[in-house]
Amino acid sequence: MAEPIIKVRGLSKSFGSNVVLGGIDLDVARQEVVVVIGPSGSGKSTLLRCLNLLEHPDGGDIEIEGQSLLESKSKLYEIRTEVGMVFQRFNLFPHMSVLDNITLAPIRVRKRPKDKAESIARELLRKVGLEEKADARPDSLSGGQAQRVAIARALAMEPKIMLFDEPTSALDPEMVGEVLAVMKELAAEGMTMVIVTHEMGFAREVGDRVLFMEQGGIVEEGAPQELFESPKQERTRLFLSKVR
Amino acid sequence: MGFRFDIIWDYAPLILRGTGITVGISLASIVLGAILGLGIGFGKMSRYALISWPVSAYINFFRGTPLLVQIMIVHFGLIPAILGQSNAIVAAVVALSLNSAAYTAEIYRAGIQSIDAGQREAAQSLGMRPWQVMRHVILPQAVKRMIPAFGNEFIVLVKDSSLVAYIAVPEIMYWSNAIKGQYYKVWEPYLTAAAIYFVLTYSLSKLLQYVERRMK
Repeated sequence: MAEPIIKVRGLSKSFGSNVVLGGIDLDVARQEVVVVIGPSGSGKSTLLRCLNLLEHPDGGDIEIEGQSLLESKSKLYEIRTEVGMVFQRFNLFPHMSVLDNITLAPIRVRKRPKDKAESIARELLRKVGLEEKADARPDSLSGGQAQRVAIARALAMEPKIMLFDEPTSALDPEMVGEVLAVMKELAAEGMTMVIVTHEMGFAREVGDRVLFMEQGGIVEEGAPQELFESPKQERTRLFLSKVR
Repeated sequence: MGFRFDIIWDYAPLILRGTGITVGISLASIVLGAILGLGIGFGKMSRYALISWPVSAYINFFRGTPLLVQIMIVHFGLIPAILGQSNAIVAAVVALSLNSAAYTAEIYRAGIQSIDAGQREAAQSLGMRPWQVMRHVILPQAVKRMIPAFGNEFIVLVKDSSLVAYIAVPEIMYWSNAIKGQYYKVWEPYLTAAAIYFVLTYSLSKLLQYVERRMK
């Protein structure tokens, strides 16, 4: 295997006396789509949030393209520009238009000229099927539309990795499909993705590898077919029987 | 007993000038207090005890002691110690600003902390630096929520500025006291003062309502 784009070693994190991550090792290859499943409280969101240091780990190391996230503060900001993140609750900036949501970071962080940033933003809106919403306010969007804008916003930084933290969990059922469709397209384009989700059908269809987490550890991992059809661990089997 | 408008008329030029001084002192203190309060509010939110502790002490002192006492300390102690001589108008502005900053600091802090943590996280995940997150994402949203509280604070400050008559700043209250001293009349000077303060605070609250509507 070539040098992994994400390399996690011995990652641990506790909130008070509650151990959320108990020494996680994980490699993600370029263009790989890794789906993380598991019961709530298993540490899967915390793992994801550690990958761009929204959560600061207590121990272990995280390398993105060979650069340690924990080494220096200035590198952290650089690395974050390479790692896009999509949140369960969208977190669009409500005081600016859809277009400004997307161009804010490219203009302020990447120092792109405004017109260039805007033309890229419009292109991304077209990609997620929302060109006509450029001037809309976030609160006028449906959940599915808001999440697609959030994806466009993350993509505007031209990240090498995209993290998705339960991107469809806050959506009405009829809107899940439109968001998953955008994610599928991204995967097909070769984006490296780590996705925490409860959408088992999606995990099976799009994932290159599925991790099952429980109680702060990776219980089992494997190709989706393998993990869903013939899980080796009893705990995996039990979880899958409940969500099906 | 008739209401003697002629007394008011005699004093009108002085009352008018006094109103100008009240407005000037209030405006200066509102602006300085809001700027100082921003720094103090951030200090209060600091993770470092070396910063947050003295800042908390500052806020507690100015909120926990009477403004009149603060005015006296500033006028008779602080300003002579710094300038080498007393200056009532400077003392008034300094005392009102220091006092107002303690209150606006809490308004800033509450406003900033009321913004959902997801907003900060989204901005951070896009690679924005802490000051960019504050400047472009948190503050624009927080300021909107702060306006009503700022309105209250500004109105309180205008009314409290009447206390500086005690250190002989020639503002509205000072001239009202002068009228009472000269004519032994109380209704005329104090009702006039009340009417002027009311016009000032009412206009201010209307102005802030307008600003609040514009920002929505």
